Amino acid sequence: MLKLTINGETREVDADPSTPLLWVLRDHLDLTGTKYGCGIASCGACTVHVNGRAVRSCVLPASAAQGQQITTIEGLSSDASHPVQQAWVELDTPQCGYCQPGMIMASAALLEENPSPTDDDINSKITNICRCGTLPRVREGIHRAAEIAAKGEQA
Amino acid sequence: MSREAVCISRRGFLAGSAATGAGFMLAMKIPFGSDAHADDLPPEINAWVVVNDDDSVTIRIARSEMGQGTLTGLAQLVAEELECDWDTVQWEFPTPGQSLARERPWGSFSTGGSLGIRSSHQYVREGGAAARTMLIAAAAKQWQVDAGECSARDSVITHGPSGKTLTYGTVAATAATMEVPDEVTLKDPKDWRVAGKSKARLDTREKVDGSLRYGADLTFPGMLHAAIHACPVHGGTRKSVNASKAENMPGVHKVVEVGNDAVAVVADSWWQAKTALEAVDVIWETGAATEVNSESIDQMMVEGLSATEDRIFVGNQNGDAPAALKAAKKTITADYRFPMQSHAPMEPMNTTAIWTEDSCEAWVPTQNGEAALEAVAKAAGLFPEQCEVHKVILGGGFGRRGMHDYAIQAVQIARQFPGTPIKLLYSREEDQRRGYYHPLTHARMTAALTDEGELDALHIRISGISILASLRPALQAETLDPFVFQSLGPDGDPPAGDHMGIYEVPNLLIDHAMRNIHLRPGFWRGVNANQNVFYMESFLDEVAQAAGKDPLTFRRGLLKSQPKAQAVLDVVAKKAGWGRELPASHGLGLAVCKSFGSFVAACAEVSVIDGKLTMHKIWAATDPGYAVNPQQIEAQIFGSFVYGLSGALYQEMTVEDGAVVEENFDTYPSMTLAQMPEVESTVMPSGGFWGGVGEPTISVAAPAVLNAVYAATGKRIRHLPVKDQALA
Ligand code: FES
Ligand code: FES
Repeated sequence: MLKLTINGETREVDADPSTPLLWVLRDHLDLTGTKYGCGIASCGACTVHVNGRAVRSCVLPASAAQGQQITTIEGLSSDASHPVQQAWVELDTPQCGYCQPGMIMASAALLEENPSPTDDDINSKITNICRCGTLPRVREGIHRAAEIAAKGEQA
Repeated sequence: MSREAVCISRRGFLAGSAATGAGFMLAMKIPFGSDAHADDLPPEINAWVVVNDDDSVTIRIARSEMGQGTLTGLAQLVAEELECDWDTVQWEFPTPGQSLARERPWGSFSTGGSLGIRSSHQYVREGGAAARTMLIAAAAKQWQVDAGECSARDSVITHGPSGKTLTYGTVAATAATMEVPDEVTLKDPKDWRVAGKSKARLDTREKVDGSLRYGADLTFPGMLHAAIHACPVHGGTRKSVNASKAENMPGVHKVVEVGNDAVAVVADSWWQAKTALEAVDVIWETGAATEVNSESIDQMMVEGLSATEDRIFVGNQNGDAPAALKAAKKTITADYRFPMQSHAPMEPMNTTAIWTEDSCEAWVPTQNGEAALEAVAKAAGLFPEQCEVHKVILGGGFGRRGMHDYAIQAVQIARQFPGTPIKLLYSREEDQRRGYYHPLTHARMTAALTDEGELDALHIRISGISILASLRPALQAETLDPFVFQSLGPDGDPPAGDHMGIYEVPNLLIDHAMRNIHLRPGFWRGVNANQNVFYMESFLDEVAQAAGKDPLTFRRGLLKSQPKAQAVLDVVAKKAGWGRELPASHGLGLAVCKSFGSFVAACAEVSVIDGKLTMHKIWAATDPGYAVNPQQIEAQIFGSFVYGLSGALYQEMTVEDGAVVEENFDTYPSMTLAQMPEVESTVMPSGGFWGGVGEPTISVAAPAVLNAVYAATGKRIRHLPVKDQALA
């Protein structure tokens, strides 16, 4: 039995310990917000937070995630109120949306680490692929989320 | 605009966005004929419009939503004529089965060719207007007044003389019984209040919180997962399978043969299925195709550049280009090439299907619901009336999901598990190996100038793959594929005029030597305009250079009869500051075309320093005739640069031993934020025609950037992708 802490809850899963965390989330726990795009850590669609840092869950064995705090898109906020989600809605960032949980999780982790990233910071940290091409609104969204978060903190 | 994030509704529509187990199999049990809906359902005014008790409105969308925003745009058009309160608008997908049962009240479900809005705007607006007329008539009946004295706005009907009001919800049941108007008058677009405005998309919220269920995310009670491996050499077949090891692996239910060219593992989870699939030994029968590789394919195309066989198809001509070129003192000539590319939508191909002896239901991420139903029924061995296809929002399509090989395979697997839902999901590798690739073509461009440096003659010989010949061999094998000439074609009624060449050349010949290979070609976002505009716009710069003319002035001279093309070109040139002094190693490049009915142009500013290309900014302009949602058009323009430039700069499907080599994003990269230039777009609808917006800008992306590279470095890139070609 694998024992995982996901979105603040402890979950027990009967899966081979080598199963990538992505597939445990999707097929065993029905947390399908985390997407499969490549399986080789190339696209970022499967990004989750492990202890607050962005991790590509398609190459992380579930056994290695035990004892860590895992957050998925479903647990980023209960009502889409995370600043990144707010900014994404405000700018209508998603197109097909399939890459967006990964984009949002990667962006949220970046802002956690660096509350007002420059364009260069964004370029080096957000390397997710979006085949629809939402990139300009992802960039704008990260800057906007930084503003929303900053205002929120003052208030 | 909150919607229940569930499910198959009682009417059997996929409402909102997500399907869950709760609604499973319900859909088949619901009678969905027009006269058969249950009394407790909110009244359907007509096929397009349902008015709910709370006065909110549900608009039905037949076309597929794959990110391009057509769902919101079409809803805006219906809502505009319906005069409903936009803030209460919800949507649902009718199913292809309902369409069949009701004799296609929604028209075509096909979603491609940037046609979603431009080919249905008329009848969806009429649907909205008819529903409004019936709602007003119902209120007039209740008040016993003349309908002509009543008007509607924001879901409220007002009787002018008395000032009395009724809301849509209160008269909906009566409205549903009113006579359908024979004729409706549509609003003048200049009076639009909802359409034409940058409304927020209707499908955003569930895309930011992870709640939207794509096809790949569906789960049903008792569902099993399938992973598949089909012959990587297209056209090859399965010779033998050794599954003894895989069958004993954890979670595996069965290793099954699929069609004559694939094998699948069905297991409790997808990871188990995929892991076991790797342990299955398959021997393929691939024949002569195994000898084919990228070099041999290119050789075949190069041969076609000078071929003189009978089957050289002429797509566009005027004057006498061969004679003019022969007589010319000097000609300019250059050979170009455009590679095979995979669509690679973020969500890999998948379908969930359940089959029994007398029914089959499938959840298909498809760009054409009706074609999907037909494919599913055929694979199920049943009549379409016994089957149903449920539409879902797609994780990208780009043309790939107009083909239904993956749906057929899912049904073929499900037939081997009667009554059990089977979800087939491709690995990224399978998705790449079993694509319908952008066709490879080469082009030989030959031009002659007059003594004054005007373009006198132009011959474009395209040599390469025809998509239509592969899709409809019977129709096309011995005849012209007019679509090969996209954006270089003659003027004429649509669709030809939608893809016409815009330049006036006194002596013109554009012809095609068809050269097909065993790998399947398909419609890749932008399709043949992508290479044709790259060829034309790059070569025009070469010709302008030979004539000693400025590329902008030279193009203007050829566009005298095309004011709309000239207008988009002028806008990007002006915004980019064409002719201004640039920093060292910087260059500006232009491109313009008409494709999918729209006029588009781009001007790129790049620099090349130590061989490294930086794309600083691109100015883009689009004239789509009418702009239904300008901010979504902007999003499509952004996306077109990402998709088009990823292709032009990095992506090629190369071939070894008859199979493609690039199986994942490590060898088939897509642009990320670090490479993405700033894009400033101008949407400038001039009215009088309806053009598409999802694809046209792709065509101008590569030539604008590569003309800028030339301006910066003097290096002309004629073969795509740029990949590791030296830029200095
Ligand atoms: S699925 Fe994990 S990075 Fe692509
Ligand atoms: S929004 Fe479609 S892949 Fe990013």
